[in-house]
This record gives sequence, C-alpha cells and structure tokens, in this order.
Amino acid sequence: MFSWDLLANAVVAGILVGGFYAAVSLGVSLTFGLLDVVNIAQPAFVIVGSYAAFVMNSTYGVDPILTGILMTPLFYLLGAIVYRVYYASFERRGEETNRGLVFFFGVLFIVEVSLSLKFGVDYRLVEAPYIGKSIDIAGVGIAFRLLVPCVVGLLMTLALYLFLSRTFFGRAIMAVSQDRLALRLMGANPVRVKTIAFGIGIAAASLAGALLVTIAPVVPSTDRDYIGRVFAITVLGGMGSIGGTLAAAMMLGVAESLMATFFGPSWSLAVSFGILLLALAVRPAGLFGR
Amino acid sequence: MKLGGGILIALGVIAAGVLVADLRVNPYLYFAGYVILQYVVIATAWNILGGYAGYVNFGTPAFFALGAYTAVFLIQWARAPLYVLIIAGGLVSALLGLGIGYLTLRLRGVFFSIATLALSIVLQTFVINWDYVGGSKGVTVIRPSAPLFGSHVKFLFAVMVCLAVLAVTAAWLIERSWVGRGLSALRDNEEAAECMGVPTLRLKLFATTISGFLLGVAGAPFPYYVTYVEPSSAFNLDYAINALAMPMIGGTTTWIGPVIGAVLLGTAQQVATVTISSELNLLIVGVVLVAFVVLAPEGLVGLARRLRGR
Repeated sequence: MFSWDLLANAVVAGILVGGFYAAVSLGVSLTFGLLDVVNIAQPAFVIVGSYAAFVMNSTYGVDPILTGILMTPLFYLLGAIVYRVYYASFERRGEETNRGLVFFFGVLFIVEVSLSLKFGVDYRLVEAPYIGKSIDIAGVGIAFRLLVPCVVGLLMTLALYLFLSRTFFGRAIMAVSQDRLALRLMGANPVRVKTIAFGIGIAAASLAGALLVTIAPVVPSTDRDYIGRVFAITVLGGMGSIGGTLAAAMMLGVAESLMATFFGPSWSLAVSFGILLLALAVRPAGLFGR
Repeated sequence: MKLGGGILIALGVIAAGVLVADLRVNPYLYFAGYVILQYVVIATAWNILGGYAGYVNFGTPAFFALGAYTAVFLIQWARAPLYVLIIAGGLVSALLGLGIGYLTLRLRGVFFSIATLALSIVLQTFVINWDYVGGSKGVTVIRPSAPLFGSHVKFLFAVMVCLAVLAVTAAWLIERSWVGRGLSALRDNEEAAECMGVPTLRLKLFATTISGFLLGVAGAPFPYYVTYVEPSSAFNLDYAINALAMPMIGGTTTWIGPVIGAVLLGTAQQVATVTISSELNLLIVGVVLVAFVVLAPEGLVGLARRLRGR
C-alpha cells in the first residue's frame, strides 16, 4: 500500500540526514576533492570524534556537539601531523597515488582497531536534552536528533564555503588545487597550505563524529559504512565543489531514506555504493563537476 | 630457475603437503595451516593485479565471498563435490574479475580502488537479502565424510596445499612470460606502454580475470572449512587489508614476495589470535602495513636485494 504520509516522512528524514552527510563529507571534499590526497581514513577519524563526544558525555555530561567544537584544535593538530607524515613519505618522492592509498587504508584499520581495543565492540550512545524529542508538522514528524545535526551540518558547509571563497588561506587552498607550480612561483608554499587544509579536513571530522553519535549509537566498525557514502558524495558532488557536496549529500540521504522505507533498511547501504559505482563508471566528473 | 625445475619443486611441495596431512599431530595445526595457505593463494592472486599491473584492488572480500557463496549455492542445490565447487567458484569470480577489468577502461588509480570497495559492499547487500544462501542469518553447511586422511580438516589442508601451489605456479609463469613484462610496462606508464604496442586492455582483462579466478578458488572450500557461512564473515574487510598487506610486506614485484608475506603475517596472526586476542592481530596488520609502505616500500624482497647489492 502506497502512502503519501510515508513518502513525505521519508523525504523529510532523508533531507535531514543529508545535511549530516554533508558534514561527514566536507573533510573528504577538501582533502581528496581539492588536494588529491586520498584520505580514505576520514571515516575512522569521524568515529574518533564520536567516541570523544561519548566519553565527555558519559563522564562529565557535556553536550556532544559542544565537545565536537571543543575538540577541533586537537583534531586539526592530528590532521596536520598525519599530512606531514604522508608528505614526507610519499608526496615528496612523487609516489603518492597507490602507496598513499594503501597508507591511509592502513591508518583506517589502526584507528578502528585501537578504538575497539579501548572501548570494546558495544554500541555507544550519548544523552542530550534534544535527543528523543520531535515536532509534528502536518503529519510529518521531525526528530530533533536529526534536525540538530542537519542544522549544524548546514552551518559547517556554509562556514567552509565562506572560508574557501572569502579568506586568504581559503583562496590559497583553491589556488593549490588549481596549479601548484604557479602558486610556488608566486612565492607561496603549497605544502604549508595543504597542511592547513588537511588539518581543517580532520577538524571537521571531530564535529561530524559528534553529530553521528547524536543521530545513532556507534561501534568502531561504523566507519566502514561511511567510506562508500563519503566517496559517493564527493565524486557525485564534483570533487571539491562545496555546493555540489551539499546537493549530493541531500540526494543520497533522500535516496537511502526512500529505499529504507519502501524496500527495507537492509538495502539502504547498497544505495550509496551502487550510486558510487554508477557515478564512477558513467560520469567520473560527478553531477556538479568543476 | 628452469621450467622443469619449477614443476619439480611444485610437485615436491604437493607431496610434502600430503605427507604432512597424513601425520598425527595436533589437529589445530591443520586449522591454522589452512588459513595461512589460504592467504598464500589470496596474496598471490591479489598481487597478479595489484603488484604486476599496479591496480590496487580493495574488493578482495567480494571475490573471496563470491567463491564461497557459489559453493554454498551448489551445496544447497546439488550437493556438488568439492572439485566442482572449486572450479565453479573460480569461474564465477573470474567473470566478476572480467567485469572489473572493463572498469579499468574508465577508472585508474584511486578511483579503481574505491570502485572495487563499493563493489564488495553492493554484493554483500545482495547476499544479505538472498534467503536461499542463508541471507543475513547465515547458513550451516554439513560436511560429507572425509574422502582422505580420515579427517575433514586434514583433507581441506591438503587441498589448500594444491591450490597454493597452483596459484604460485600461475604467478611464476606470468612473471616469466611476455605477459608479465607487458603488465609491468603498463604499471610503470600505461600510455607509453599502449603507444609501444603493448595490448594494455587485453593484458588488464587477463590480469583481473586470473586474479578473480584464484580469489574465488581460495573462497570455494571456505564453507566446508567453517561449516557456517554468514555475509559479515565471508565479506570481511580483513581479507582486503590482508590481501594488500601481505604482498606489500614480502615485495610486490616477484612471485615469492606474497608467499613470504602471507607465511610471515599469517603465522604471526595465528599466534596472536591464540595467545593474545583476535583484535590485536588486525592491529598488527595495520601497523606492519603502514610501517612497510612508509619505510620499505619494496618489501622484504627489496630489502634483501638492497643488502646484497652493497
């Protein structure tokens, strides 16, 4: 039986989740989309953000999103260190593609297994006043645990967009992505710019992780589900276009939500990876290519 | 090494394997030995595409599980004998390999790797929703009585010895022939190789198909080995990282590299699983992989060569 109510609810939930997906994907859009660093470990850093939020919430009762914001400097530092190691080991020698990919795949596993050694494989969740509440508009339920991450995700997207288009460092990042040699001729240091950009990408994971644990409980291996989503969104969004990332995230959120509502949740994971495969095979430049 | 010598060694290894299977030692050793030999097959198969041709495949679980689930299907449907399962599992995975071979026309480097990872998850979703082979709950497989050695684990151990020899022989033959030289040419520079008249598409299709076939072959006896198959164990991402790490540790340019890597890392993992914990063994793989890719990208074989060169 087809129900319009069901459809409306699914679409609204999809859009809300899409805003959150945008938050998760921003880091990869920045590092992989713009700077060609295959940061396949990003979802693992997102889960680290979730666990940071969980620890602060369960021991001190701190709001998860506040933790996500407070942790960004630490994550920025972590990102800068990871990029420096990556640069010294691969980029400087000009062997970044395959070995860099293997490097980040290894980092993904190290982070994930370290988390499961420390916290076990139980589902962890956080408590906040807005989790569990919802409002009802014309038969469409809007859960606050989805609405809050969506709003934060949209704000993050806006902030990154303004940063890249208005500030000096943001423009420098765009310049590196366009022409590294020209930047060097202008007297700027592309490695320094890329370190900053990578730090920001990982810092975004801190907040995205806090949003993730607000939406649903996490285990260390949750990162595996997000590899496909994040890369599907980045590729569909046109590799580094911030607006495209948001649009692709919304599309994927709605597609997954419709699939889960009408065919069952066990199919929804295939949506993101299926879309990714199709996008790669048919139009690698993405829907919103630069 | 001459061709005749190679065949002699291969037969010798098989004979030794059969003799070992006939010994009366702790049965656990056969359990562990099976896993290590299975990784010899997987690492060698991965290396034909990843090492020789330079296409990093993250989709090892897809091929392995496709072999395993083809076997489950044939067991459910016709109680087919083991050799049929192995051949069929290999052929079905080879078809998938051919498919990703055509994918290489459009996708290179990172995009190819991400696509193979996506492929693995999509296949897993299909299997989860396919009740005939157990769906998400998994399926229990009943072993027939062991045809040899009086114990099924010993029998499967001997079978895996033969499959490992098969895989390594295939890699050895490819490496010695013009196919191997063509693959390494396209690994170094695909455009230049194409311009020099190397049939890059045919070679890539060959590499993906053979690699897929051997991965499927490795997965086909899996249902009888574990007797309980479920999607999350058959499609485990652990296979992807092991398939990657073992050749990287041993060295990706020669046939012996993946064998060394699989034996060392496989043994270390078995020991760590028994003595410490199964989670720690994945941590070992991750750390060793990152250490090698950063510090010794040529692997142990490369290190040995560098030492001998001095």
